[in-house]
Amino acid sequence: MDLKTLTYIVVGATFALYIVIAFWSRASTTGEFYVAGKGIHPIANGMATAADWMSAASFISMAGLIAFLGYDASVYLMGWTGGYVLLALLLAPYLRKFGKFTVPEFIGDRYYSKAARLVAVICLITASITYVIGQMKGVGVAFGRFLEVPFEIGVLVGMGIVFIYAVMGGMKGITYTQIAQYCVLIFAYTVPAIFIALNLTGNPIPQIGLGSDMADGSGVALLDKLDMIVTDLGFAAYTAQKGTTLNIFLLTLSLMIGTAGLPHVIVRFFTVPKVSDARISAGWALVFIAILYTTAPAVGAMARLNLMNTIQTGEVGAVDGNLVYAERPDWFKNWEKTGLLKFEDKNGDGRIQYYNDKNDDFAAKAAGFGWQGNEMVKVDRDIMVLANPEIANLPNWVIALVAAGGLAAALSTAAGLLLAISSAVSHDLIKGMIAPDISEKKELLASRIAMAGAIALAGYLGMNPPGFAAQVVALAFGLAASSIFPALMMGIFNKKMNREGAIAGMLTGLLSTLIYIFWFKGWFFVPGTEMAANSPDNWFMGISPESFGAVGAMLNFIVAIAVSKVTTPPPEHIQHLVEDIRVPKGSAAAVDH
Amino acid sequence: MSEQKNRQEYWKANLKLVALCLSIWFVVSYLFGIILVDQLNAISLGGYQLGFWFAQQGSIYVFVVLIFFYAFRMNKIDRQFDVHED
Repeated sequence: MDLKTLTYIVVGATFALYIVIAFWSRASTTGEFYVAGKGIHPIANGMATAADWMSAASFISMAGLIAFLGYDASVYLMGWTGGYVLLALLLAPYLRKFGKFTVPEFIGDRYYSKAARLVAVICLITASITYVIGQMKGVGVAFGRFLEVPFEIGVLVGMGIVFIYAVMGGMKGITYTQIAQYCVLIFAYTVPAIFIALNLTGNPIPQIGLGSDMADGSGVALLDKLDMIVTDLGFAAYTAQKGTTLNIFLLTLSLMIGTAGLPHVIVRFFTVPKVSDARISAGWALVFIAILYTTAPAVGAMARLNLMNTIQTGEVGAVDGNLVYAERPDWFKNWEKTGLLKFEDKNGDGRIQYYNDKNDDFAAKAAGFGWQGNEMVKVDRDIMVLANPEIANLPNWVIALVAAGGLAAALSTAAGLLLAISSAVSHDLIKGMIAPDISEKKELLASRIAMAGAIALAGYLGMNPPGFAAQVVALAFGLAASSIFPALMMGIFNKKMNREGAIAGMLTGLLSTLIYIFWFKGWFFVPGTEMAANSPDNWFMGISPESFGAVGAMLNFIVAIAVSKVTTPPPEHIQHLVEDIRVPKGSAAAVDH
Repeated sequence: MSEQKNRQEYWKANLKLVALCLSIWFVVSYLFGIILVDQLNAISLGGYQLGFWFAQQGSIYVFVVLIFFYAFRMNKIDRQFDVHED
């Protein structure tokens, strides 16, 4: 059977499964729509959280990032997992005890202020929309590459599937489909990794293979070999640190705090029956996430090694040491067609030279070999995961599986984000501010309409991504880290934190982070309006805009505490509320509110 | 012990446990994986350099263990202070 037919069958089967689940888990109350009736088993919730969390970027782009950044990509690995420790220890159990439906609702109640709730809604919607654009794009790309349908059709099909299960089932439908999607995506990610690890090191477990010797009998460790190959071609050593320690430190911290502050993740812990379930469920979520996140470094390093070995077939500088272009493998040709891989024969010798021509010392040496610049003019990072099965000569069904896995990762994250957006609109804006007397039936209808609207908006933005789409991840994490996380944490751990302090803190964190990002990336990302070029020489103390969220969070804490000291303490009943959420006892009472 | 006092003691026990867990969280990621990475890289763990291993593997394993440790300890503390759910 040819690859295309096989891919249609595999992807079609997974889609059919998602729709069956959707019919089986329809939501009939607002409680089911927003938080799945708070009846999800902690292990099931952990799995759904993992699928919710691992986006198209985790599935497709992360291993590629690691392949090219080496050690410096550790910030993503530690940042996007360490946040769950903060979530489990500092937020999830208390927010579950609070027992309401949304994150802004907690902020509004705890700080007895509609203004605070509104600030939280704005942060939530901005962070979630920027994030969902990437997912819709991911769906379009996966369809385009694997099923050869136009990008727009791909996005439309993705919208249709999400529409069916998210509008009908709300959080309940989303949770059960996410569990199925997790299984699809983790299987699709680990199978090629196992084959490749076995191939290169003789060890089937990628996490151990990465720390093993090469299977070629040379007795050299894989990572040492990789360091050798890349430094021989003028690149920085794979395992060496390239960024400054301060920036790596702050970027990791920003990603961790941002992870713990992202509303679509937090709200997943509202769905479990008990406070103790919320704690353990975060542990399960991290187990399921760690399976992918500890495999990714192996995939990245091994893919880089395979790529370098394919091109540099012999000794560096030897006349016949480089791959003859006419003899390039099929996967190379396939990816050239997509434009993600590009070759230019600069010295006209018919062979491919792939090296770091930005390294002056090595470029001079290379000129001595008759090399006239790096000829791999484009190597898109995303290829690393998508082309991996082809590079390693794996059977067609594995390639079909990778397509289904990428789609599962994108769809599950999109659905979680869309739910966060629609519940902020129907529960926080409509029920909380505009029409408090709305009946449950009408609110449920409003949430379904909001969901449909959010899907349409996400699809539109996916097809017409604003020019700044690539920049927005920094924005989403920056907002979550600098405004939402500190407000939630102080709401639980600082009984005396009051309305004035929280609002002043949130605005300080939000504005300082926004201004720092816009300063280097242009106001509202409009090209040409940046105040200084986005380069390490201009950054304040070498802190990149992506890393500023942690600084914004610190400013938030400082301002909030200072302001709360000089203003009226929160009223008695709020202090009782804080005392109450600190103990698990009585969590069942909060289920029906 | 009064209800009020009991709750305060419970909260203190919780904060102590959180502080312990977050110290470990900081040490394995920020200290071993970032600040001391060069020094630790002089030591090898199989084919891994130790600092690199902490940054890309070890810290994640420790995070998982930490959350389960915290959850189990908290369940005990909940019962000890009689604030657990039924």
